[in-house]
Amino acid sequence: MLAFLFRRVSLIVPTFIGVTLLAFALIHLIPGDPVENISGERGMDPARRERLLREFGLDRPLPVQYVDYVANVLKGDLGTSLTTHEPVLDEFTTLFPATVELAFFAMLLATIVGLPAGIIAALKRNTVADYAVMGVSLTGYSMPIFWWALLLILFFSVQLGWTPVSGRIAVEYDVPALTGFMLIDTLRAGDASAFRSALSHLILPSIALGTIPLAVIARMTRSAMLEVLREDYMRTARAKGLPQWRVVLVHALRNALIPVITVIGLQVGLLLSGAILTETIFSWPGVGNWLVHGVQSRDYPVVQGGILLVATIVITVNLIVDLTYGVVNPRIRHA
Amino acid sequence: MINTRSVHQNRKLLVAALLITGLAAAPAVLAKGGTLVYCSEGSPEGFQPQFFTTGTTFDAVSVPMFNRLVEFETGTTNIVPALAESWTVSADGKTYTFKLRKGVKFHSNANFKPTRDFNSDDVLFSWNRMADDNHPFHKVTAGQTFAYYDDMGMKNIVDSVQKVDDYTIRFNLKRPEAPFLADMAMDFASILSKEYFETMQKKGTPNAADVYPIGTGPFEFVSYQKDATIRYKAFDQYWGGRPKIDNLVYSITRDATARYAKLKTGECQVMAFPKPADLDEMKKDPQLNVLQKEGLNIGYIAFNVEKKPFDDKRVRQALNYATNKDAIMKAVYQGNGQVAKNPIPPILWSYNNSVKDYPYDPAKAKELLTQAGFPNGFEVELWYLPVTRPYNPDGKRMAEMIQADWEKVGVKTKLTTYEWAEYRKRSKGGEHTVVMFGWSGDNGDPDNFFVPLLGCEAVKGGGNSARWCNKAFEDLIIKAAQTPKQADRAKLYEQAQVIVKEEAPWITVAHSIRFDPVRKEVKGYKMDATAHHYFDKTEVQPSPQ
Repeated sequence: MLAFLFRRVSLIVPTFIGVTLLAFALIHLIPGDPVENISGERGMDPARRERLLREFGLDRPLPVQYVDYVANVLKGDLGTSLTTHEPVLDEFTTLFPATVELAFFAMLLATIVGLPAGIIAALKRNTVADYAVMGVSLTGYSMPIFWWALLLILFFSVQLGWTPVSGRIAVEYDVPALTGFMLIDTLRAGDASAFRSALSHLILPSIALGTIPLAVIARMTRSAMLEVLREDYMRTARAKGLPQWRVVLVHALRNALIPVITVIGLQVGLLLSGAILTETIFSWPGVGNWLVHGVQSRDYPVVQGGILLVATIVITVNLIVDLTYGVVNPRIRHA
Repeated sequence: MINTRSVHQNRKLLVAALLITGLAAAPAVLAKGGTLVYCSEGSPEGFQPQFFTTGTTFDAVSVPMFNRLVEFETGTTNIVPALAESWTVSADGKTYTFKLRKGVKFHSNANFKPTRDFNSDDVLFSWNRMADDNHPFHKVTAGQTFAYYDDMGMKNIVDSVQKVDDYTIRFNLKRPEAPFLADMAMDFASILSKEYFETMQKKGTPNAADVYPIGTGPFEFVSYQKDATIRYKAFDQYWGGRPKIDNLVYSITRDATARYAKLKTGECQVMAFPKPADLDEMKKDPQLNVLQKEGLNIGYIAFNVEKKPFDDKRVRQALNYATNKDAIMKAVYQGNGQVAKNPIPPILWSYNNSVKDYPYDPAKAKELLTQAGFPNGFEVELWYLPVTRPYNPDGKRMAEMIQADWEKVGVKTKLTTYEWAEYRKRSKGGEHTVVMFGWSGDNGDPDNFFVPLLGCEAVKGGGNSARWCNKAFEDLIIKAAQTPKQADRAKLYEQAQVIVKEEAPWITVAHSIRFDPVRKEVKGYKMDATAHHYFDKTEVQPSPQ
């Protein structure tokens, strides 16, 4: 187990180097620069331009900038935003809870609906229920998020008036951000109507963001279940006279869960990238929204730092997933 | 130029929105008591009026919370008294003396309670902080620059500022500069509280004064949740009279379709920057009022006169004749603009209405091209705008129409574009031959169009994308800037416009109309000439249900 952990963790080092290099290269590859972004249609005196580039540290050769950046990162300094002049890490930690809250609910929705849907489809293989689940999930999987999100807004918010259009909470509630998680903060403030408002603001973005993972989970559960249901020990279990629910949930599902957990783990990366689109459309004040704006304004430190932090989270979650296999299925426990 | 956020739209998004919004019948949600919610287009970069240059930041900072010595009357570019009650200009045009208003109160917050009213120390402080590199508060916020002060070239205009007494302040200029008064009405010239900065310095956090704003404006800062909401409350002691609404909330909504949806459901009462494609439907909505105003802007095509064949005036004129502007107006602006014949819009004083535009006349164009030695035309690259701008809703469509027009006189046009920042950078470097561009005025002074766009100095900085430097024109605009009386200046600018038309460094294409959609219950909201959003005179009246 320890050897596995060590192997697994040592792999992280090259991954991090890759991530910093990639983030650095990509943002510098985008045309334009932060100084040009300041001036708009107005011309800029070449001397002033050079002065600003110097102030931003962008007049040095790229390799020097990169090495300098990595050195600062190792010291825990992700730099300051070129637009707001706030430390990147502070901005990230302010906004990240909003993204986590959204991603958590999207994942919750995807799992709560996806798992049973997959199980049902597998048990009722080649029936209408199966076709329905598979058809709907294929549609969900193929849906572009921004289009789906707009569709949800226009139908549920504008047409039916059931849910708010965008934002995290109605403007009449000014809840102090203690944890940054709106649901927790409203509960701590003891304001039930604010809590309901925050919850209602979560519905549409969670659906928009959760749809693709939901489809993936449903399809993965179905195929994993089908495989397991064919196993000899399933027949044995039934032959022993175990009740159907026990056969399905304990004998089949537990074994089928391994690939499903892998997929759920992988979805975290997908969720964070999906959050970029979802947050932009729903004016959700999270890191996705922030990164988009960082790219638009060529805020190099924000983009580099944001990508690095998000990558760290994805890597960590994947590591945890790898370690969970053993818990779920003793056969893969690492010696 | 206020750097309004570019509205680069995703086409699919637009189509989807068009398809669906047609079905909508919005449920009316009443606004809470005296609260007005404004769906703004983005987050402010910070809460300090001197550091930043975007209209988004000004809308959230200098407009609600600060005042200038003089200001623009909302809806016009007339300069009216604000923190200065009156002013005098010396005969040589080099000394401006402002008499300050008495009894003006500053806001307060948890860390600061003002002990005195606004006076000339605050003006001196606000200005010298930007102007003097050695001022103790010049560098309290690391990495910040006084961008607009620099952009406007203030270092070359103002020599010194002098406190005459507590309520009199004098600006000594290096040269006569008639647009100076209009400059003083701009956002970067907002007045800060000296006492506040000194208090924060004593507490050991001088830069906190740049983060938590204290001004004299109609609204006080309450809170900001990053990228989500900004809250203000009415300032009871506002010298201009307490605002009619109690609370002002900016609901930051970057997506134009979402802003429109929020306006429909009543989640906000006023929205910023509607998508041009949504306007027709908005106008039909009985719950909305779509206000409109002629924009203080110009969309144009610039010929790089440093490159052949555009060093020849006849070629530039020929392509002016060859372009069918009326058709562009219909197809691109869809009625939301007017054909431009001058570089400045007709709402600006000194607009020369007697200038005769080049009519659409391909035969005449052909004739001029033949004279210039191009009987069979030539090949040229036209750069078109990659984004929607306030002065041009669809650069690509415009370029395609021009391409078809020029084809008829034998000029083969290749259409090119770049990512927006790259586009600006390259064109400022003079890489283009023919480029599509535009401008939105900062301060309603004609100088703010002629100098940054067509002046000889602006060739260096790249704002003059025709790279056209004409002695006669330059002399006129310099003289106009140094002439104190507006009527005299207007005559000089009128002559300058004649030269621009004759020399044809540009095709002046259009002045666009701007729109602010508001809900019916919003009363007393007036559109501003420089595209800011003012709510100090606005009311929200719940509509009878």
